[in-house]
Amino acid sequence: MDITKLTIKRARQLMDAKEISAAELTELYFDRIKSLDDKIDSYLSTCEDKAAAQAQEAQKLIDSGNHSLLCGIPFSIKDNICIEATKTTCASKMLEDFVSPYTATAVNKLYSENAVILGKTNLDEFAMGGSTENSAFKKTKNPFDLTRVPGGSSGGSAASISASLALGSLGSDTGGSVRQPASFCGVVGMKPTYGLVSRYGLVAFASSFDQIGPIAKTVEDCAIILDSIAGHDAKDGTSLNYKNPSLYSSLFSGDIDIKGLKLGLPKEYLTEGLNSEVRASLYTSISALEKLGAEIEEFSMPSLKYAIQAYYLMSSAEASSNLSRYDGVKYGYRADKCKSYQELIGKSRAEGFGKEVKRRILLGTYALASGYYDAYYKKALKLRTMISQGFEQAFTKYDIILHPTTPETAFKLGQNTDNPLTMYLADIYTVAVNIAGLPSISVPCGYDENGLPIGLSFTGKPLGENDIFKAAGAFEAAFINNFRVPAI
Amino acid sequence: MIMKYIPTIGLEIHCELSTKSKIFCDCPVSFGGEPNTRCCPVCTGLPGTLPVLNKKAVEYTVKAGVALNCEINEFSKLDRKNYFYPDLPKAYQISQFDLPVCKDGGLTINTSDGEKFIRIERIHLEEDAGKLLHDGFGKYSLADYNRCGVPLIEIVTRPDLSSSEEAKAFVEKVRLMLLYSGISDCRMEEGSLRADVNVSIRPFGTDELGTRSEMKNINSLKAIARAIDSEIIRQSEILEDGGKIIQETRRWDDNKGESKSLRSKEDAHDYRYFPEPDIVPVTFTKEEIESIRNSMPELPDKKFIKYTSAFGLNEADASLLLTSVSLSDLFESTAEECGNPKSASNFIIVEVLRRLNDSGMLPEDIPFSGKVLGSLVKMLENEEITAANAKKVLSAMFDSGKDPETIVAENAYRITNDTGEVEKTVIEILSNNEKAVEEYIGGKEKTFGFLMGQCSRALTGRGNPKVIQQILRNELDKRKGGV
Repeated sequence: MDITKLTIKRARQLMDAKEISAAELTELYFDRIKSLDDKIDSYLSTCEDKAAAQAQEAQKLIDSGNHSLLCGIPFSIKDNICIEATKTTCASKMLEDFVSPYTATAVNKLYSENAVILGKTNLDEFAMGGSTENSAFKKTKNPFDLTRVPGGSSGGSAASISASLALGSLGSDTGGSVRQPASFCGVVGMKPTYGLVSRYGLVAFASSFDQIGPIAKTVEDCAIILDSIAGHDAKDGTSLNYKNPSLYSSLFSGDIDIKGLKLGLPKEYLTEGLNSEVRASLYTSISALEKLGAEIEEFSMPSLKYAIQAYYLMSSAEASSNLSRYDGVKYGYRADKCKSYQELIGKSRAEGFGKEVKRRILLGTYALASGYYDAYYKKALKLRTMISQGFEQAFTKYDIILHPTTPETAFKLGQNTDNPLTMYLADIYTVAVNIAGLPSISVPCGYDENGLPIGLSFTGKPLGENDIFKAAGAFEAAFINNFRVPAI
Repeated sequence: MIMKYIPTIGLEIHCELSTKSKIFCDCPVSFGGEPNTRCCPVCTGLPGTLPVLNKKAVEYTVKAGVALNCEINEFSKLDRKNYFYPDLPKAYQISQFDLPVCKDGGLTINTSDGEKFIRIERIHLEEDAGKLLHDGFGKYSLADYNRCGVPLIEIVTRPDLSSSEEAKAFVEKVRLMLLYSGISDCRMEEGSLRADVNVSIRPFGTDELGTRSEMKNINSLKAIARAIDSEIIRQSEILEDGGKIIQETRRWDDNKGESKSLRSKEDAHDYRYFPEPDIVPVTFTKEEIESIRNSMPELPDKKFIKYTSAFGLNEADASLLLTSVSLSDLFESTAEECGNPKSASNFIIVEVLRRLNDSGMLPEDIPFSGKVLGSLVKMLENEEITAANAKKVLSAMFDSGKDPETIVAENAYRITNDTGEVEKTVIEILSNNEKAVEEYIGGKEKTFGFLMGQCSRALTGRGNPKVIQQILRNELDKRKGGV
């Protein structure tokens, strides 16, 4: 069995056919983590004993024949999603020793299907960044080129899937943090409609943008994971009271027909920032989709030009408030020898947070300050409405918006660390989706001359998950023979 | 000092709502408890937790708005008020900024110059913070998060008050309205009702308001009045000395009877309000607001009119009965049972309140219902027992919880109509008290009272006093004639 070719679906078949046990599968992944993750650095912590116990439990259910699709499937979880009695560090010195007393709803849902959690993956500190270099603990490498970044902020999750160090992963996507690293690492990453997956237990970065999303090798695997983690949660006041009439994974039971499907390609995403190889790959993909019967058309959505500004203003504003709770008083990093409360909180935050987090807290605090609120936050709110309306209008003509996931492929480690603006622009195509709360999925669509993966994004209308799974699934089926796994 | 200035006073009244659970989680809302035993990951703001708005808290806020004659906004939202303080675990308070649940209301209060309408600008919903304990832990302060997330409403008045008496009357009236709305126990001593006071003064004959100061978190009516009076004097003295009032927040120390500057306007917090992204806006249809309005209990101003007109009570008695929900409930059911509101009111005000005062009990601790009390008042009304025995029955009701019929039967308190028995007793008493009889006959009229008492006692209070009196008089007259 070639572990690098294994998918959730295939592993399910193997376990059901008793060709491999859940315990053996888990062991296989831990062996690989031990031998390979020194190079990749995708995990921040692993929980081998607990995983072994979970695998045992899963096997009992498999033996009884009464088990779900994810039973015994090994997962990695981004380390900003809480699991009871384990560390949730958010890759920050601030939470280096923080042990959560409760488990996130999305993880509980995986548990209820007897998935096996292998460990917690690296990220940019508090999910702020696009390269996972903002982690306080380690720098994750791109499995396709160890001198390059895996993307971010869910870089550890994407790398763990790409390097076959887990079969499924949960990341979080605030402005592209699932899709961009999935694109850089040549795997599938999906951001659900805002409110479809409970945020309870996801450490907040920007509450009105954050959404937990699956990362896996295939579109179908992502659909299987979403089937498990989606659904209303009374613990999240923004959780939608919606249930998809049938399972997302049921879309894949036969050939997917996308004849007549209308896809719109925003011109605003085809400007000079777009790398020529990514552009070429985009047009090859368009031809492939057209061959499948889809109709693709360019259109203009002028408000998209302001998406990145609106996003950084609003998300930083929310972050400045969300991260205020880390004050050294109750838990987390606490500075030594402070003489007053003011000093304690000032020093703890100065020493506990990294540079990028501080940059965004400053930016957000400024944007919300009285006297600036109208000029910044309020204007950004208006842009948010404009962008949402722009999408609404586009969806009257198109079923799906198609666009490259990122303007470039994975960059070198350290290449952009001193240039936050260039780093921010890596999110230029992904943030609009979070501004409007839409579902979007990134699938591998090609490789550049360095062999680095290129990602293609399918964005749907609110709760249009079925549409994007279908389109991405059909595209993936046509592309599958070109699909590469990294040679590590 | 002769008052040369007109004070202008505005209040922000904070009132804890008595919902079962906290505003954003399932933790119980109750006073006290061991520190940090009534909190959870949500109300202590642990990473990854989310607030879920308690619908009851919103409903209670609407009720407060109805009670205080406010408009209810069909669309309101929650906002974050950001500031660092160790008792605030998220470092922001979820409150309401520009779209509160209620706006534009007010209440009429009685002042020395007659009635006055005090406008209420808004009522908004927010969460309470925890408490810091500073004493007894060396160089440390400890935090107790039990109170975190207790739902609060903040009632903001317009600057319509002009004296400490008016402020007191207003807070008292607000307190009553909220108590009767059933949304808060308004216990000032437990901090469930507290006020921030804004005071400014201006010279007589001028219109422009002076610079105001604010005193925060005052938690008794007396302290509110004292703080206002003290601030008026402080500001007057500054102006008299040719000084200028600065806009500032001051801390009132009720023990010392003085306030100290906490921070000036320049140091004021920038709370960086913005819409709370974790909670969807609160919306109501007109029908929903109507249905909450219709579910409101009868409020004290309506009851006052009923008591003084339909029931014929005087205003003082009506006001007294309306100081407590339990007391007015007791009164109303007592009155209904005995059929005579005035007797019910008299008996409660004289006898029941005396017992409460003597024992330090609260009206809500009374161990019997108004129906039961009403049957006692009815017996007294129907002259089935004497007033003296009615008191004994009441006392026994407090002590034993038995109903009045049982107590009357066990103690043979029912007034006897058997004149033969009374006659027999009177004759017996007279023959046992020959000296007293002689004195009476000798013209000492006072002795009659003594003999009367002896007879009543011998009859264990069952004798109808009028009957005893008549028979005693007859018997004594017989003896008088006999001399």
